[in-house]
Amino acid sequence: MQKEYIHIILADDDEDDRLFFTDAFSELKISTKVQTFNDGVELMEYLNQEDAVLPQVLFLDLNMPRKNGLEALHEIKANPKFDSMAIAIYSTSSSEEHIEETFVCGANIYIKKPSDFNTLKKVLSDVVTLNWQYHTSGLNKDNFLLRM
Amino acid sequence: MKAFLKFDFTVLTKKILEEKLSQWGLKYLITGFGEVEFLEDIPEDKLAEITAILNSYGIEIIENQKTALVQKIKDTIIEMVFSDSPPTVKASAYLADKLNHSYGYLSNLFSEVTYTSVENFMIIQKIEYAKQLIVNDKMSLTEIAYKLNYSSVAHLSTQFKNTTGITPSQFQRIIAKRREIANTK
Repeated sequence: MQKEYIHIILADDDEDDRLFFTDAFSELKISTKVQTFNDGVELMEYLNQEDAVLPQVLFLDLNMPRKNGLEALHEIKANPKFDSMAIAIYSTSSSEEHIEETFVCGANIYIKKPSDFNTLKKVLSDVVTLNWQYHTSGLNKDNFLLRM
Repeated sequence: MKAFLKFDFTVLTKKILEEKLSQWGLKYLITGFGEVEFLEDIPEDKLAEITAILNSYGIEIIENQKTALVQKIKDTIIEMVFSDSPPTVKASAYLADKLNHSYGYLSNLFSEVTYTSVENFMIIQKIEYAKQLIVNDKMSLTEIAYKLNYSSVAHLSTQFKNTTGITPSQFQRIIAKRREIANTK
């Protein structure tokens, strides 16, 4: 019998980052199912399928070839079908301008990629736990902004 | 010959539920994530029958007292935070009294089920309320700090920043810009 789990998607072109990310989740006590895509095009192809299972949280790297994170974010926000997903930007940039711009465009979470594994685990755990509260405790998602 | 199969349990479960529940003529809503809401009350004998049949598919109805109590804790906290005349006793005493369990028991149970603490949940709720007051009621931080029982504006700002990673004024600016964009569409 399958247990409850949280469905998560990451789009990132860096293989190491994808690996760290999935490893971090596999070590958390929260049960999750993590799917990864290599760039924005692959991601949107998946999401736009009619029967695509949408994740609770989508993590987007900003710098990706073919279609970058910001372009994907704009597409997602233009389509009401994706309203239930929380969007987390997962980037190496910590420029204030960038951060505010992505929030204004509709991102809920901004994570500066941590350089060590333990911090990454802590950050991802915090994000998923808080997101879970938005999911289950009737909080207003429009006001969901979190920077880590 | 041999065929290899791959399953998507979410789809599978949903299909089975849809098929069975419609077959029994029930009005229901699959709210996702292992949750079905029945729009009408179901008599007990019928519920037992349904439970038995779903069990044969490996689907179980959780009658989990713990989960139910955690929901009560949440509801009580939300009611406390959003109330116009919040209780004068300490939150821990209020919860214990209202739910008839020791605070130690409640707080352990809460952490076990939600992966977050009662204290933390309370802070999240207070900050949510603050956000709402900033956005919808255009209240000043001083007014909000007073209303939510913070000892000072600085205390509120710090807790806001610690919880969300951004300052109240950044929050206000981002939401204002989003609304501007939405209005020009």
